[in-house]
Amino acid sequence: MNLVWTALIVAGVGFAIVQGETGGERVTQGIVNGAKDAVSFAFGLLGIIAFWSGMMRVAEEAGVARFVGRLLYPLIRLLFPGIPKDHPANASITMALTANLLGLGNASTPLGLKAMEDLARLNRNPGVASNAMCTFLALTTSSLTLIPGTVIAVRAAAGSSSPAAIVGSTIAATFVSTLVAILVDRLLRRPEGGSR
Amino acid sequence: MMDALKALSSWAIPAAVAAIPLIGWLRGVRVYEVFCQGAKEGFRTAVAIIPYLIAMFVAIGVFRSSGAFDILAESLARASALLGAHPEVLPPEVLPLAVLRPLSGSGALGYLAELLKEKGPDSLAGLIASTMQGSTETTFYILTVYFGAVGVTRPRHSVATGLLADFAGFAASVYFVHRLLIGG
Repeated sequence: MNLVWTALIVAGVGFAIVQGETGGERVTQGIVNGAKDAVSFAFGLLGIIAFWSGMMRVAEEAGVARFVGRLLYPLIRLLFPGIPKDHPANASITMALTANLLGLGNASTPLGLKAMEDLARLNRNPGVASNAMCTFLALTTSSLTLIPGTVIAVRAAAGSSSPAAIVGSTIAATFVSTLVAILVDRLLRRPEGGSR
Repeated sequence: MMDALKALSSWAIPAAVAAIPLIGWLRGVRVYEVFCQGAKEGFRTAVAIIPYLIAMFVAIGVFRSSGAFDILAESLARASALLGAHPEVLPPEVLPLAVLRPLSGSGALGYLAELLKEKGPDSLAGLIASTMQGSTETTFYILTVYFGAVGVTRPRHSVATGLLADFAGFAASVYFVHRLLIGG
């Protein structure tokens, strides 16, 4: 992450230097806009994140979370060895992945963050990603999805004769990318520091 | 099948939002107080991710506004032509999307909309680009936000995993559009 971050900035500024004065102005504007967008983006998410955190807390106290966590427990145990049965992480992971699958964009991030917090409670090295976190993010970034709703809408707006034509190819492609994500995650995984 | 999925997707949230408090209340949970307590925690999470978002958005903003991104995309398109990729197999217009997709969700969506307008949503480039956009996620945004929320600064192998999965998704998009939609 340190390398990626430095490379993006240095490459950008370096390229701007080649372009002369206008390049410098545009980069400065890019910095100002980026910083502003980050904050408005976070504030845009704030309400819905708080809402789902509240809902998940109620679900935990009501025992709903434990029930949901047990539904897919065999699958979760396979993907995430080391999460104890009946730990809240089972429920939050299940709900986050379900929201992804159904294309519920504005619920999947808050539920995903809840899952990360539950996984952080099991993490022995704060500040360093645990194996379970890496696996969870592998599944999330590869986005197993059944309904690419936004893309269908954009295609319809562009006057497609069949906006939903890409559903089949999208599901097939997302299946491949998720499969690759799981495999790569397994291959690159190393035992974590500290005994488990 | 599609209709059932659509119904499920539009009613999943309302159903969950009604069922959770109802079950809680029936079981004697003080649902209102508990909700507010949880929401307070969520509030803190949303604020905690801001520094990480600023770091990522600014870096991507610099990279894109300088024009470095356009050059990278262009040289990729040229490289693919040099390597012998036929435009009827892999249209060069979709390559910038492959670079943009993991970096910026709104940027990728904007590029897709532009491409669909120019090339037509049912053209080969339009179909491949649509499939790419739908089948992968904004990897860097997710890594930033999710790790930021729990204060993780060392993501270990998850950057490599996310990018390799994106690449696999792009390759699979090209393959499956030909296989399923063009019939080649």
